Amino acid sequence: MTLEIESKEATHDTDGLPVEELVVNIGPSHPSTHGVGRVVVHLDGEVMTHVEPIVGYLHRGIEKMSENRTYLQVVPLTDRLDYVGSMYANWAYCRAVERLAGISVPERAEYLRVIVCELQRIASHMMALGSAAGDTGAATMFIYTFDERERIIEAFEELCGSRLTYNYVRPGGVSFDVPEGWLDNVLAFCAAHRDKLTEMDKLFFGNVIAKGRLKGIGVLSAEDAVAWGASGPVARGSGVNWDLRKHDTYSVYPRFDFDVPTGSNGDAYDRGRVRLFECYESCRIIEQAISQMTEGPVKTPLPRLLRPAPGEAYSHIESARGSLGVYVVSDGTPRPYRMHVRSPAFCNLALLKILAPGHMLADLVAVMGSLDPVFGEVDR
Amino acid sequence: MALVDRIGTSLERTPGGGIILTSVDALVDWSRGQSLWAMPMGTACCAMEFIAASFSKFDYDRLGTFPRPDPRHCDVMVLAGTITEKMKPAIQRLWDQMPEPKWAIAMGNCTVSGGIFYYDSYSVVRGADEFIPVDVYIAGCPPRPESLIDAVMQLRELVHEESIAPGKRRERNTKLPRSKAEANERMEAMRTPESDGPHAPAKVVNKEFPSDVIADEGGEV
Repeated sequence: MTLEIESKEATHDTDGLPVEELVVNIGPSHPSTHGVGRVVVHLDGEVMTHVEPIVGYLHRGIEKMSENRTYLQVVPLTDRLDYVGSMYANWAYCRAVERLAGISVPERAEYLRVIVCELQRIASHMMALGSAAGDTGAATMFIYTFDERERIIEAFEELCGSRLTYNYVRPGGVSFDVPEGWLDNVLAFCAAHRDKLTEMDKLFFGNVIAKGRLKGIGVLSAEDAVAWGASGPVARGSGVNWDLRKHDTYSVYPRFDFDVPTGSNGDAYDRGRVRLFECYESCRIIEQAISQMTEGPVKTPLPRLLRPAPGEAYSHIESARGSLGVYVVSDGTPRPYRMHVRSPAFCNLALLKILAPGHMLADLVAVMGSLDPVFGEVDR
Repeated sequence: MALVDRIGTSLERTPGGGIILTSVDALVDWSRGQSLWAMPMGTACCAMEFIAASFSKFDYDRLGTFPRPDPRHCDVMVLAGTITEKMKPAIQRLWDQMPEPKWAIAMGNCTVSGGIFYYDSYSVVRGADEFIPVDVYIAGCPPRPESLIDAVMQLRELVHEESIAPGKRRERNTKLPRSKAEANERMEAMRTPESDGPHAPAKVVNKEFPSDVIADEGGEV
């Protein structure tokens, strides 16, 4: 495939004035591309005619590196995949390994995984909402959301000693039980967080400027969402009621009562608002999980060196960005023969090509912010 | 820059100029050290901690450090995150676009040495100092925001030691390209296979794990 980065010959419009297609390169270092994204945009005046996302600027070869690590040594690598939601990649990988090696997980560990992952979902959505709002000019919103995220990061630090790369979910359970009083702190956070969410909803989504910037921008139809493999809030914003927690349920999720928020218009506004409502649902799940939890072990004893029988396993979970799948193949040796990550951010970013054309150049950041790509996961 | 150089040279030749020179040094270093605007070269995970450092809880605006994603306005480049071979020319170009005087902070293990990706990865640059002169290194994966604040304080100490007198400024291989042709030449040099550019054949440091890890099959985790 060749990339057209040269402008075409000048033509004339209906009034006989010369017009020229302009090619603008955005990134790979741009504050609104959420990392190292690069987009080549073809412009007719200020309207985008063709948009080409270019990936690979953060390709670190994690999948290939995994083939040289033992099964347990791969877990820290998965932290670096989606660095805004590390717990998800941990969990998706560990589930695949547990399936492959036939490891059972204690019930308390499953509850702890649900609690940390729902907290992670809130933290990730806070980052997504804040950066999308910051890109469209509402810098105050970013400070509000980041403040909430910081509280969750502090809780994680208390739990596992790290602010970003947790390495908490391990094959066979989780690394530590919760410290004393931690669950009470989480409950207090959830109670306070609901009020903050309502405040943010008024502050940003009720704001006339945000409505003007986001409504009707990057409209994704439900058919396109399914056809392009979109998942998570991007698909749900278009009205596709698809959530792996409900529809291909795993872990202890069937025991909780929660709703799946969906949008109706499929524009950037709906995608953002779905994220906000998911945070309410996450609070509900956390509260139910804490009330249902019982005492018990948090880890199944495992041999230091796992040697699963030859075979393959696929596991997918609902991450903050969508359906995150991990595929592991074993050939009977202590190291995976192949580890592949099905990244929701990559599939969602591909939608930029159909969502952005027809809008003004300034709307590109609104569309990109609503897709919420994390390039660690896109490029792997 | 050149003007400041000439002032330093002529002051040193003037009788009694040394006193003025040290006074001017103190003024210049103070003003430079108090507002080190940061160019956020956030490529991966460390960028999250960079953002955290600039927000409410840590707030390094207090030190006059302000994230400004524009190389023309910045004094210090904060390299936060893994640098890949594909990203390297872009970072080099941004570094060349920053006006002198400029400094660099390598934030996180990836920019210090390649970090967790040092072994086995075929696409990661083993440390930012392969192509950018780094002043302060911060270890950690990722480092805490407090570490970044500490790095800014340390960099300020370094800036305060500098002098405008000839021969006393620390040597850096950071001359701006004088023409577009020279800039393109430099970019092309990075692309040739000899110079380990992005299209060079992959250099894989394939190191086996210590045998005792593999041999130790007993026990529980």
